[in-house]
Amino acid sequence: MKNIIKTKQLVKHFGGVSAVDHLSITIPKGQITGLVGPNGSGKTTLINLLSGFFSHDKGAILFSDTERRKILPWENKIYNITRTFQQIRLFDQMTVLDNMLVVLTERNPFWSLFEKHNKYHIKQAEDILGHLGLYEKRFHNAGDLSYGQRKLLEIGRVLSMDADTILFDEPFAGLFPEMIKQIEGIIKELKQKGKTIVLVEHNMAIIRSLCDYVIVMDAGKMLAEGSPEKVLSEKIVLEAYLGE
Amino acid sequence: MEYIFHILILVSIYGILALAQNLVMGGAGLLTIAGAAFYGIGAYAAAILATKFGFNIFTTLIIAPLVAGLIALMVGSTFARFRDDYFMLATLGFLMIFNTVVRNWESFTGGSYGIAGIPKPHVFGFVFDTPLSFVFLAVVVLLIVTAITYFISRSSFGRVLNAIREDEDALAIFGYKTSTYKLMAFSIGAALTAWGGVLFASYLTFIDSRLFTVNESILLWAMIILGGIARNRGALLGAFLLITVPEALRFIGFPVDFAALLRQCIYGLLLVFLMLYRPKGILGKYKL
Ligand SMILES: Nc1ncnc2c1ncn2[C@@H]1O[C@H](COP(=O)(O)OP(=O)(O)OP(=O)(O)O)[C@@H](O)[C@H]1O
Ligand SMILES: [Mg+2]
Repeated sequence: MKNIIKTKQLVKHFGGVSAVDHLSITIPKGQITGLVGPNGSGKTTLINLLSGFFSHDKGAILFSDTERRKILPWENKIYNITRTFQQIRLFDQMTVLDNMLVVLTERNPFWSLFEKHNKYHIKQAEDILGHLGLYEKRFHNAGDLSYGQRKLLEIGRVLSMDADTILFDEPFAGLFPEMIKQIEGIIKELKQKGKTIVLVEHNMAIIRSLCDYVIVMDAGKMLAEGSPEKVLSEKIVLEAYLGE
Repeated sequence: MEYIFHILILVSIYGILALAQNLVMGGAGLLTIAGAAFYGIGAYAAAILATKFGFNIFTTLIIAPLVAGLIALMVGSTFARFRDDYFMLATLGFLMIFNTVVRNWESFTGGSYGIAGIPKPHVFGFVFDTPLSFVFLAVVVLLIVTAITYFISRSSFGRVLNAIREDEDALAIFGYKTSTYKLMAFSIGAALTAWGGVLFASYLTFIDSRLFTVNESILLWAMIILGGIARNRGALLGAFLLITVPEALRFIGFPVDFAALLRQCIYGLLLVFLMLYRPKGILGKYKL
């Protein structure tokens, strides 16, 4: 399935603030696209719009050239999109394993009543947890994990979803170098599997090493786009980041 | 002995109510005050069908949950957009409407006179009119409700409800139409609650609208929270304690009127203390 995401003149206001302001971008398929920009430039808001977490005010979002006036969050399963949250959002009073299983199991409410703990799903969840180094913690509540483990579990949920397009909102923020390497590895693996990835990140070294393409946002608008080497050396980008 | 049977029947009925409402409150985290309304709908459905149309109570055990479930489906779909406190107020509004309708629709519900002469269930010529036989019936229904609630909480559906309780918006991102799950939980909870109402009506043989007020909903809350919210065995323990302890107080010689007043105070105090010192309840693992 072709899964190119585009936005056309996309707008989202919060009161007087235009968090996303007439933004038209194309996210290339099968590549890692870095989304960078100063704090408050609208990166998270864009992710929220693409994943149907918020509805947009104006403009359009296109999946594989079909225009969507309204994106509903539960349709992510249909359009094969998933995401992580900048502010970690786990199901805190559920076990690590259940956090994974809920992403793997039946979506039809009626049939889900008759679906028991399914060996196949448990195996899948445990494999991913093993891969992330969270297997030992599988019966702990997600709320009892350390910050880094919580970040990993968010990534685990995304891996369980096995979507074609994955939106990562600052997956490396606040992590030790060791763990950053681990997550970098995971993102590279996902690319090898042909996934389309959007990566919001402030660390330019990571952007340079991981991304094929970079989109720079400032005040809700697109400031520049292109290959990392080209974009990150442009004068306007440096100015936006460093101030005058 | 009769007295023990009486207590056992009450514990079973409240066990059913608490388990059913815990599915909604604990399972999905929907703070509902409509519990007493569906309890009342079950009781009135049984009473009206039996006294006006000559139905066997056994038959009403099938019809009453359907009636309650359908009403919950209709009411619930209009509540779907409400969250948290708004949802709670909406369910309170529904309970008040239920009470008003029951009190004023005299030709159907007997208004403030209530409905008397509700028969005991009978099957193959056997009538459940002795206390012991009624204990048996109530316990069987309680066991069925226990089995159903355990079945649901251990299914994928139950896990999705828990995730809705934890973070509904985050769950939706993973492809879940959460409103359908909430509506189903609300309706299944209402249907099971109605069974408690049928048993209660048939056991007392008389009902009126004062039996199904907000006090009753609060009592269910207290049972669920005391036992440990979101745990089926917690709901059962809560029902057992909040029926037996006040009865024991009366037994050791508190006057009836005073005991009733005292009971209200104890429930109120209990809720406050629980929230302060043990918000997860006795067997609890979860907080709202
Ligand atoms: N839910 C919301 N309600 C009100 N305003 C919001 C909301 N979300 C974002 N905003 C505003 O929209 C603007 C863009 O915020 P956004 O979170 O998208 O920025 P960001 O680029 O992700 O920043 P950061 O790098 O700090 O994460 C900000 O001015 C922010 O205050
Ligand atoms: Mg952000």
